[in-house]
Amino acid sequence: MAFKGVDYMDLDGELSSEERMARDTVRRFVDSEVLPVIEEAYLEGRFPTEIIPGLAELGVLGANLPEEYGCAGMNNVAYGLIMQELERGDSGVRSFVSVQGALVMYPIFTFGSEEQKRRWLPAMAKAEAIGCFGLTEADYGSDPGGMKTRAAKDGDGWVLNGSKMWITNGSMADVAVVWAKTDDGIRGFLVEKGTPGYEAKGMHGKHSLRASDTSELVFNDVRLPGDAILPGSGGLKSPLMCLTQARYGIAWGAVGAAMACYDEALRYSQERIQFDKPIASFQLVQQKLVEMLEGITLGQLLAYRLGRLKDAGKYKHTQVSLAKRHNVMMAREVASSARWAMGANGIHSEYQVMRHMCNIESVFTYEGTHDIHTLIVGQDITGIAAFE
Amino acid sequence: MKIVVCIKQVPERDARLRIASDGKSVDTAGVATEINESDQYALEAGLRVAEKVGGEVVALLLGPDAAEEAIRRALAMGAARAIHLNDAGFQGGDASSAAKALAAAVRQESPDLVLTGLQSDDAGWSQTGVILAQLLGWPSATLIMEIEQPEDGRIKVKRELEAGWFQWITLPLPAVLTIQSGIYPVRYATLKGIMGAKKKEMKKMGPADVGVDGGQVGAAGRKVELKRLYVPEKTAEAEILEGDAATAAASLVDRLQKEAKVL
Ligand SMILES: Cc1cc2nc3c(=O)[nH]c(=O)nc-3n(C[C@H](O)[C@H](O)[C@H](O)COP(=O)(O)OP(=O)(O)OC[C@H]3O[C@@H](n4cnc5c(N)ncnc54)[C@H](O)[C@@H]3O)c2cc1C
Repeated sequence: MAFKGVDYMDLDGELSSEERMARDTVRRFVDSEVLPVIEEAYLEGRFPTEIIPGLAELGVLGANLPEEYGCAGMNNVAYGLIMQELERGDSGVRSFVSVQGALVMYPIFTFGSEEQKRRWLPAMAKAEAIGCFGLTEADYGSDPGGMKTRAAKDGDGWVLNGSKMWITNGSMADVAVVWAKTDDGIRGFLVEKGTPGYEAKGMHGKHSLRASDTSELVFNDVRLPGDAILPGSGGLKSPLMCLTQARYGIAWGAVGAAMACYDEALRYSQERIQFDKPIASFQLVQQKLVEMLEGITLGQLLAYRLGRLKDAGKYKHTQVSLAKRHNVMMAREVASSARWAMGANGIHSEYQVMRHMCNIESVFTYEGTHDIHTLIVGQDITGIAAFE
Repeated sequence: MKIVVCIKQVPERDARLRIASDGKSVDTAGVATEINESDQYALEAGLRVAEKVGGEVVALLLGPDAAEEAIRRALAMGAARAIHLNDAGFQGGDASSAAKALAAAVRQESPDLVLTGLQSDDAGWSQTGVILAQLLGWPSATLIMEIEQPEDGRIKVKRELEAGWFQWITLPLPAVLTIQSGIYPVRYATLKGIMGAKKKEMKKMGPADVGVDGGQVGAAGRKVELKRLYVPEKTAEAEILEGDAATAAASLVDRLQKEAKVL
């Protein structure tokens, strides 16, 4: 049966017809192209590359960037709804699209030269080139400002040394946006696959986000031309601006993962008979379902309002932090509750809940951990930074 | 080549429907809608023909303001422009009065080919397409499963017959085809298509604009009157007709004639 969405407060009535159509077309794509392959890809621990041409054809890669660069030019609410639907399929699929759009195309669009934009953006929208974003290092996660990766001036060009860990799309990427320290602070560089000294190695053994390529990037005296630098980048603020874009998408995406879990648990509880009754007739199960629905509804309203603020050019990164923090925690609770309500079947790959439940642990940690977002909002409301 | 595709907006599949207080219609308030399934296939078929031989697809829809959403979807999928027969005078009709309105609009466009869905998922008459062809005086074929590239003013199509049989026939153009669901996979509206749809022409027309007499269309022009709409009633009554097959059959025919009055 086709997924119908969860819309207890008639949020649909607030959406424009373009926004609804964008959501519906991606919803249909997820039903027909993602769900049939995702469970197996997850178990095999690989990103389902077979869906990439379809994603590109639909136009979801960099969907909120302008038409001038081969993108769809959607508004941010439509973009958010697209992320919601993709993550309703799998967090790994949404991560692929978030990294490509918000963490690679966005910095090229924002900090890149006109030449870099013309070269990469249309190709990336068509998935002719895949990108990754390298900020985190083995010893610098929540505190990326301490990074060890360095780019030193070398004549007209640069020499890059260091390594990055936990990089989504790392092994698949044709180009990496790499953040490195230079004599004038942190700058972004475009490092192309095949550049001597640059190597990407897949990281194995994940229990979460298995349908996603997570890799380590190593840079050993990698010589880069002068035009590899993103000229507009400067300071830690630049990668953080990218993260704000991606976190915005995650605030919506988490709602999608929660919707998938709730939808499955609701159906299951109406069909599963114990003590001669559907388990949905027991109060303990109803309470779980109602709390799931409540969480999703609040998450939707938060994401929606944030989207309208973003479209009006009025949102603050601290508001994005609040939404990422709230919605991912909500999805984490919904997934675990849905799994709970589904008994043994809840842990099996014939159902989706456990996959979502495991995925959410990565989403909870990346793009600023839950705790870091607490501290960001905490600093905003008290005026006191509590990071150190 | 100009192709007109007739589309209708209907309640979404497995939508929960309620009967309106008049007892004759469905209460559509809050019901999600979509383009009628076989019309989606008709649109896909039309777009494929236009892509092969060049030309444009014009979406033609009869329905209220709320049906604009279906038109936008058709434009997002690739129709070049749309005509919306939207007027109080068009409402409340049946297959025949809808076909009259559509025929008037089609005559103004004078296309080479008209495609409709096989049937609508709501009323399910399966008649609009064929009545439309009759009114236009054009050849028509129903239950189309495949369309070959049109050549020399003719088009070759495959029809579905019963029990797994098919028939290939050739029709002179212009013609009307009613398309069976499943003919070709329906494309996704792309995000660029959705954004581009805003810029496409959507002409709203009333009876006078298409040159049809108001008495012929909508409620005024209907030939069928719907008396009552109801959810099938469950009863616990059942009767077993006794005797051998011949006796039981005779008794059944008798009952159907006299009691049920359906024969
Ligand atoms: C599947 C996956 C994909 C990823 N993809 C990418 C990617 O594409 N690119 C990229 O650059 N990175 C990526 N990451 C890395 C991710 O962003 C980091 O894991 C994240 O920033 C957290 O860093 P850490 O794992 O080193 O945890 P740590 O920073 O070591 O944190 C450990 C714990 O300590 C807490 N903590 C840390 N500092 C404080 C503090 N000051 N106050 C209170 N609590 C604190 C944290 O909240 C956490 O609970 C990915 C991670 C995963 C799991």
